[in-house]
Amino acid sequence: MRRWLPYPAMSLFILATWLVLNQSLAPGHLLLGVILGLVLGAAFGRLQPPPLRIRDRRRLLRLGAVVVADVIRSNLALLRILVAGRARAVRSGFVTIPLQLTDPYGLAVLACIITATPGTIWMSYRAREGLLLIHVFDLVDEGEWVRTITERYETPLREIFE
Amino acid sequence: MNSADVIPLPIAVLICGCLLAGAFFALAGAVGLVRLKSFYQRVHAPTLGSSLGMGLILVSSILYFSLARGHPVLHEILIAVFLTLTTPISLMLIVRAALARDRFEGNPDVPPVETLD
Repeated sequence: MRRWLPYPAMSLFILATWLVLNQSLAPGHLLLGVILGLVLGAAFGRLQPPPLRIRDRRRLLRLGAVVVADVIRSNLALLRILVAGRARAVRSGFVTIPLQLTDPYGLAVLACIITATPGTIWMSYRAREGLLLIHVFDLVDEGEWVRTITERYETPLREIFE
Repeated sequence: MNSADVIPLPIAVLICGCLLAGAFFALAGAVGLVRLKSFYQRVHAPTLGSSLGMGLILVSSILYFSLARGHPVLHEILIAVFLTLTTPISLMLIVRAALARDRFEGNPDVPPVETLD
């Protein structure tokens, strides 16, 4: 069992992706999806991914809702700046944020959150010092951004993944 | 596809609204990419299209095809998943290349190396 199916969740995700892509539950597609799930799941195992454990699923859902709201809000904020032609008046700049989060999955999710939110971009991360550099489009107060990232995203991510 | 006739008018208006709003976000992002001043400002603009713009267009696509075909059509969700997972990768590559170049050239606008100050 472990030999054929080292990552059941990944294999299941590949099977589901295949079926949704083909929009069919026909036996042929099911068979192909199962084969793809097994082969690609085993291939994924060869990458030796670090173990993933999600400790708090409800917290993850809550964080997802927060992120969706933040993405919509920052979309509107950036759109307003661009449409009003205020882009020249705003100050953009870099902010260095000390992170305590070290879990690779947590960092990956944080990168997706920061990138998906217009107005902030993940620039670089120094793992040894735990320092993250982001670029903020409409930068008013550096300290507030440090607080926002740590309290809104990092703390829940640490509770979920560490 | 004349099956679009089965869609009631209020839903059709909603679908059109989502589609046009999504397209507007994508357009604003593209214009921003061209018009903004510095490189680091410009990379912000296209994320309008890859976040809410994409979301709105996908919602209208899901609504339209689900109603027109009479069964749920959800493979658009995969587009959202893949786009959200892959955007940071290309964006980080571009941005880190720019940062490395600016640091090498000693550009005063970028911080030399991350420090806490």
